[in-house]
Amino acid sequence: MNSVSGASVIRIPWAGARTPRRILRAILPALSLALVVMGIAWLNPRAISYFGLNLMLNLGIPVALATIAQMFVITVNDLDLSIGTFVSFVGCVAATWLRDAPLLGVIALLAGVGVYALIGALIYLRNVPSIVVTLGMLFVWQGLAILVLPKPGGKAPDWLHGLMNFHTPYVPFPIIAAIAIAALVHIGLMGTSYGAILRGSGGNPNAIARAGWSLLKTKVVMFALAGVFGVVSGLALIGLTTSADANIGKGYTLLSIAGVILGGGEFVGGRVSPIGAVIGALTLTLAGSLLNFMRVSPDWQVGAQGAILIIVLAARAIINRTDRRAL
Amino acid sequence: MSGTTVNIVKLDGVEKHFGAVRALAGVDFEVGTGECVGLVGHNGAGKSTLMHILAGTLVPDKGEIIIGGEPRQNYAVVLAQKLGIRCVFQELSLCPNLTVAENGRVLHPSIAGWGWRSRAGKLIGSKLDEIFPRHGIAPNAIVGDLPIGQRQMIEVARAFTTTNDPLHLVILDEPTSSLDRQTARQLLSYVRRIVASGASCVLISHLLGEILEYSDRIVVMRDGKVVMADRASGFNRDKLVTAMGGATQTKKQAAVEAAVPRRTTPVRVRARPVHQSDGIELVAHQGEIVGLAGLSGHGQTELLLSIFKGASRRLPGIEVTDPVALIAGDRQSEGIFSLWSITENIGIRSIGRLRNGLLISSELEDRLAESWKKRINIRTPDMRNNILSLSGGNQQKALFARALGSEAKIVLMDDPTRGVDVSTKLEVYELIRAEAQAGRTFLWYTTEMEELENCDHVYVFRNARIVADLRRGELSEELVIHSSFQDAAVL
Amino acid sequence: MRFPGTLNVFAKPWIWSYLGALLVWLAAIAFTHGYGAGGMITAGLALAVFSVIAGVAQMFVITLGPGNVDLSLPANIGLASAVAMKVMNGSDQMIAFGLLAAVASGVSIGVANHLLISLLRIPPIIATLSASFIIQSAGISYGRGLQIKPPPGFAEFTTAQVDGVPLLAIGTAIFTIGIAVLLHRTVYGRSVLAIGQNTRAAWLAGIAVERVRAATYVLSGALGGICGALLAGYFRGSSLEIGDEYLLASIAVVVIGGTSVSGGKANVPGLWGAALFLVLLLTMLNTFGVSAGIRFVVTGLVIIGVIIAAGGQKG
Repeated sequence: MNSVSGASVIRIPWAGARTPRRILRAILPALSLALVVMGIAWLNPRAISYFGLNLMLNLGIPVALATIAQMFVITVNDLDLSIGTFVSFVGCVAATWLRDAPLLGVIALLAGVGVYALIGALIYLRNVPSIVVTLGMLFVWQGLAILVLPKPGGKAPDWLHGLMNFHTPYVPFPIIAAIAIAALVHIGLMGTSYGAILRGSGGNPNAIARAGWSLLKTKVVMFALAGVFGVVSGLALIGLTTSADANIGKGYTLLSIAGVILGGGEFVGGRVSPIGAVIGALTLTLAGSLLNFMRVSPDWQVGAQGAILIIVLAARAIINRTDRRAL
Repeated sequence: MSGTTVNIVKLDGVEKHFGAVRALAGVDFEVGTGECVGLVGHNGAGKSTLMHILAGTLVPDKGEIIIGGEPRQNYAVVLAQKLGIRCVFQELSLCPNLTVAENGRVLHPSIAGWGWRSRAGKLIGSKLDEIFPRHGIAPNAIVGDLPIGQRQMIEVARAFTTTNDPLHLVILDEPTSSLDRQTARQLLSYVRRIVASGASCVLISHLLGEILEYSDRIVVMRDGKVVMADRASGFNRDKLVTAMGGATQTKKQAAVEAAVPRRTTPVRVRARPVHQSDGIELVAHQGEIVGLAGLSGHGQTELLLSIFKGASRRLPGIEVTDPVALIAGDRQSEGIFSLWSITENIGIRSIGRLRNGLLISSELEDRLAESWKKRINIRTPDMRNNILSLSGGNQQKALFARALGSEAKIVLMDDPTRGVDVSTKLEVYELIRAEAQAGRTFLWYTTEMEELENCDHVYVFRNARIVADLRRGELSEELVIHSSFQDAAVL
Repeated sequence: MRFPGTLNVFAKPWIWSYLGALLVWLAAIAFTHGYGAGGMITAGLALAVFSVIAGVAQMFVITLGPGNVDLSLPANIGLASAVAMKVMNGSDQMIAFGLLAAVASGVSIGVANHLLISLLRIPPIIATLSASFIIQSAGISYGRGLQIKPPPGFAEFTTAQVDGVPLLAIGTAIFTIGIAVLLHRTVYGRSVLAIGQNTRAAWLAGIAVERVRAATYVLSGALGGICGALLAGYFRGSSLEIGDEYLLASIAVVVIGGTSVSGGKANVPGLWGAALFLVLLLTMLNTFGVSAGIRFVVTGLVIIGVIIAAGGQKG
């Protein structure tokens, strides 16, 4: 099992592997993570402890889940600008209905996944650009979040809170959760036979269609998966913060895109890496702490996220240009 | 048990039109069990169209498709696969982001469940071993990272893999174009083995040596019809070439006698193809019509584009002295602005000159359009109608007007009369000759033999190099075809 | 010219946007029994101005072809509002300098966007999105969250009216006429329309594609700058969030106004119809007393509905 950009892949593929581009691409996510961890360790050695890692990486779990959701959409050559406000919506539902009227909450969350699937179908059938549609959905989810929870508050269901604060021995819970998420999605998308078809529909849709597979189905499945992981992301977030507000997912859109790219994914061509995406998400989360330790003004933390994305893409462009083999 | 060979496929009276162009004008074609049919023909003969119909990717306008003795309705790719017909076309249909094994799975939905990856890998891997021993391709390599030759090997091998559906016929369209000599031989030997075991193959290739050596039967096509078909032993190189060259059509008006001889007017273009090792370069003088010939896809378009780029920046091996305009042959993707009117489509190359002060003057635009409407005879009630209201031929005329209405002294033409009706072509040839007389230089890449008669000078291309340099007196169709089909000594 | 593959109803959506504007206005005044009808139009025109300016910027970028969109507009507008107010510093003599500074800020954002896109080969969506985050931070550290008041002359200018019609609206209307001329009657405008229809054909027809793209992103940046300055004047103070609603608004007026999202076809009068429609729609919802949440949902659904109904390029 190989993905060209899988960050912590131990086995290196055979033919064609030794081109510098492929190796650099595979290492980039792990390298960035290592750099950030080293930076933190140097500035604040006590942060690298069970307690410290737990604290710093906690909020990385919802980010990682949202990044995976974005990754599914990017795999089929689309982009989801609404994931941030969708997570806010899920969070608001989790902190209210899920606790007070669980059935209603579950229905609402399932409906959310259904809407995502519907969006995928519409984008395919009407051949419209995903960025315009998801931009519209951004506002729809935001409005729904406000309707569900007009003022900050609410309370996470106890089972959710318990789950997210589970104390695991030796290794902090976030790390275990991250590994679990990465492994699950990796097996699902990179390991199953239909996963190959899903990825193929992003790489060469015509070839997949000509071989008899339904492109409508692949699009809908990927968007539905994005919805599912968006829901889990929102739930995880509320489990950690215990209360919610309508803006709680703000910033998750850029973070999720940055995470996918940092993890070696590409916007077109169906080349993504679940492991890389999770690593990318954790790197970005730790980068926030690193900026704190570096005493970077909180004003610039937001800008730093944008800068990181640009730097990663620039590095990618340089690597591509130095690779002499023509595609 | 009947004594006659059972036909796997039989195409009866198949016709196909693309707008005004007749790609297939009533073709009968059949392939028996256990035989390899070689299909040859020059540009536009209809080979690819015929194979697309056979593979199910195109629907014929008329005619019957009979597979395994039964006529088939609603014939499409999925049905073709079930009936055991596979094809490998020149446009590769692998997913570059998937591994070799995963690409194998794409074609075989039945490979699923536990252990699918190793099964798919074994399927493709063993087929690669069978066809190309010592190929060195790992089943878990990502296709997009592999060189084109290996990708072609994978695509070919995949076509020969079987799971649930039988394999009766494989269509190979120029399968060795990206393979080196040794690998090509391996493939063709495998074809012979598979044919001996009862399957069949249709082989399209411009390498006549391959066709003669590996086919049982050879079918020659020209202008949408089958012109000759016989056992391979009944052909030799010359006979094939003559059959493809064929009798020329009714003589058209001879080129103007006052053609400017070479080397007296200033040179406008010098261009050397990138892979040219023997120093030959394309030279075009003022007032000349220079043709680029040879089989399509052998570097002509690339050279034209290099010259186009070379007009605005420095490129090695390219010298251009004057402004350049280009007329594209694929008007849909490279020429037409489909939301605009005919007038706007014509004027776009010259908008700088159509201004009154800072703003574009619609009066000047209209005047330009009207003058060209008359000159090139664009059939339309109103030049302000949308360009798509014109027939294909007239759309192409509008593209001519765009280039010729500009101040460009050098006009590059990339197979511009593709898909255009005969009467339009004649009008266009006259126009080109007149413009050349007035001093313009034309570089004309064409896939049609008769058009080369308009040229003062023709360069024949093969494998991205100029292989022949023919003046009008020496020019003959046979000579061009011979140069195009000369098997390369060493690839 | 018909949109391929659409319902005939939407063959000219921009006319329908004017009709829609009229309908929502009628619905609103029906609710209030005619009270404030004129005021709604005046306020509607004034607010529509900002959507139109942002819409013009977005229109040029979107017309360049699929994948082109300027997501940095909101941050640009916010930063420009702070820059303009800080330079003007409450003094009428500094109005011109303040405007220039805002435009300069917008232009540099446009240049930066283009460099990211052309040099670093970053897709425009991501380039402008990342840029917007950097701009936000720049704005925060520059503005320190202080609300600086505009000079009195400037503030008056932005809210001045002539017979109930805002001066700003008249000015912007004249401006959009100029934009229409730019689009249809200049080499630059034609080039944008050509590139949007078929980038390769445009290159082969001799158009300087990269230069036109650069100019377009710079134009978008500059217009964002102007918009920010004017907003600061109108709302009597700068704010970094002042541009946030103009992300959806700018794209919405472009789409609803009849510009094609696949590029190559732009509709300028439609911008006004769509802007009025959206502003009056919000006014109507406010009049009905709906909550902020419903407002968000409705605007989102409207834009999704329009784009789905219009459909994309076939094939």
